[in-house]
Amino acid sequence: MRQIETALARALGVAVRRLPPLPDPSGAYDASRQQYSSTLIMRQALAGLPADLDKLLLVTERDLFIPMLSFVYGQAQLDGPVALLSLARLRQEFHGLPPNRQLFLRRACTEALHEVGHAFGRVHCDEAGCVMALSTNNQQLDLKGGAYCTSCSVLLHDAVAGAGAAAQESRTGGKT
Amino acid sequence: MKKQWEILVVDDESVMRESLAAWLAEDGYGVDTAASGREAVAKAAAKDYAIYFIDLKMPPGIDGIEAMLEIRKLHPEAPVIIMTAYATVDTAITAMKEGAQEYIVKPCNPEEISLLVGRIIKVKNLQRENLILRQRLAKHYSFHDIVSKSAKMGEIFDLLKEVANLKSTVLIQGESGTGKELVARAIHFSGERAERPFVAVSCAALAESLLESELFGHERGAFTGAVERRRGKFELAEGGTIFLDEIGDISPKLQVDLLRVLQERSFFRVGGTEEIRVDVRVIAATKVNLQEAVQAGRFRDDLFYRLNVISIRIPPLRERREDIPLLARHLSERLAHELAKEPAELSEGALRVLMDHDWPGNVRELENAIERAMVTAKGRVLTDDDFAFLRRDAAPPAAWPVPDNLPLSEVERQVIVATLRRTGGNVKEAAGILGIDRTTLYDRLKRYGIER
Repeated sequence: MRQIETALARALGVAVRRLPPLPDPSGAYDASRQQYSSTLIMRQALAGLPADLDKLLLVTERDLFIPMLSFVYGQAQLDGPVALLSLARLRQEFHGLPPNRQLFLRRACTEALHEVGHAFGRVHCDEAGCVMALSTNNQQLDLKGGAYCTSCSVLLHDAVAGAGAAAQESRTGGKT
Repeated sequence: MKKQWEILVVDDESVMRESLAAWLAEDGYGVDTAASGREAVAKAAAKDYAIYFIDLKMPPGIDGIEAMLEIRKLHPEAPVIIMTAYATVDTAITAMKEGAQEYIVKPCNPEEISLLVGRIIKVKNLQRENLILRQRLAKHYSFHDIVSKSAKMGEIFDLLKEVANLKSTVLIQGESGTGKELVARAIHFSGERAERPFVAVSCAALAESLLESELFGHERGAFTGAVERRRGKFELAEGGTIFLDEIGDISPKLQVDLLRVLQERSFFRVGGTEEIRVDVRVIAATKVNLQEAVQAGRFRDDLFYRLNVISIRIPPLRERREDIPLLARHLSERLAHELAKEPAELSEGALRVLMDHDWPGNVRELENAIERAMVTAKGRVLTDDDFAFLRRDAAPPAAWPVPDNLPLSEVERQVIVATLRRTGGNVKEAAGILGIDRTTLYDRLKRYGIER
């Protein structure tokens, strides 16, 4: 978690705060798929969202799915307050391979930046090396460079600044 | 830019619908959703989506296959991906037979769906490029708002360019609605007279005395109601072009007056003594065959030869059917502007109906048909159903019930009586409708003892 916090703070220039763990999302478990519904987890998180946060990134060890797809690495509300990341498939051992902690941490940071990027309104990027590129398997994920491309980076900093100003305005009752 | 492409996700399960929509939105596509087959069809009627993801089983109402078929009526090329939780060979075969582009079983691998969407969008991009090229081509096939790619019209375009700068009189012959005035305007506005007036007169719309005054003007007191001097159309067209539509309908007296203008380039206002000289190019048009009118003695041969210096015959639409899709799209774009609507698209079915119709009213009838369909259609895609009125209107009239034991002379008497009733006793007009001369009609009136 520490590496993810550092990566977000460095890449986006935001203050990152770690919240206490949430209860096990047992209501989102689908026994037939042996996976957790990312949509339901995000709905629960939205219901109890703390008022003093601009964005909330949920990180879980559970394997996630949406009904249409066999799995998702994560999910985010586009330009919304909540993003969700699963660490399950980022571990080599999930795929029957020997553990590789360095690789795992790199993937976790990359996908955390990816999902938070969605929460700040960015869609998938056509640059294969950008963390905002779509990856549907670990090979594609490992091709990413671990950082936002220049274009995404500029647009994200604008979005972060805009979100900060909006939050400030909302907390001061619209007075600037 | 992916954002320019919109995808419709149709599923009655909200979690399924929302999650797929969110996943596609993250990938950069515009996404819309529908919770039922009916809602999907309604949305498709308003907008054509790049891809339709449709769940197979959607109670109640119409299921996925039915929704796909309805959408295909609106957008025959619509890429439809049928989604199902049940991997049965039968449903897969049915879906593909009915025209689904793909069939996927939930849940599917993210890579599979990403490749599928990417492949369809690649084709859509190519289709869009093709459309842009087609629009450029349409501009290439047009000449002053006359749109055609037919060889016959191509020859006319060439001729128009050649004669635009000449002063010679032009006679345009063609059926009603073929665009005779458009051709006249094209000649005027592509020539040196373009900055000068183009004055159009319909010779069929006015009675002889009114038409004479309309064309040549009148002096004050020339007739009852002539309270002041008025300039006629020939004077108003000075330096430009006068377009005399339905020239075949003018009276023998006006034929003489017109002949004089063409020969002398001068005329007198009605009731006037001052000779007025004008520099006007004359373009005349007629839907009747003037050569036949000359042979029948209804039109002066000297006037015909004066008018027929350059002759243009516009083919009826049924002789240039290849123009129908091009014209239909052109008219839809123009009417969209006039009706303040989005330009309508035409489905394959609609184009087939338009191609099969005979268009007795030519381009004007096509324009009216497209306007009617655009006003009454539910969506922006016009389907064959939106042109159903063409089939009804084209139905042959009911056969005339022929009474038993009726002599031919009695049929003739009844037809003459009915025609005279319709013309209010006007023998000249009745003779014209019956296709006989006045002397013959008077003879029949006497023979059958008919009073006017």
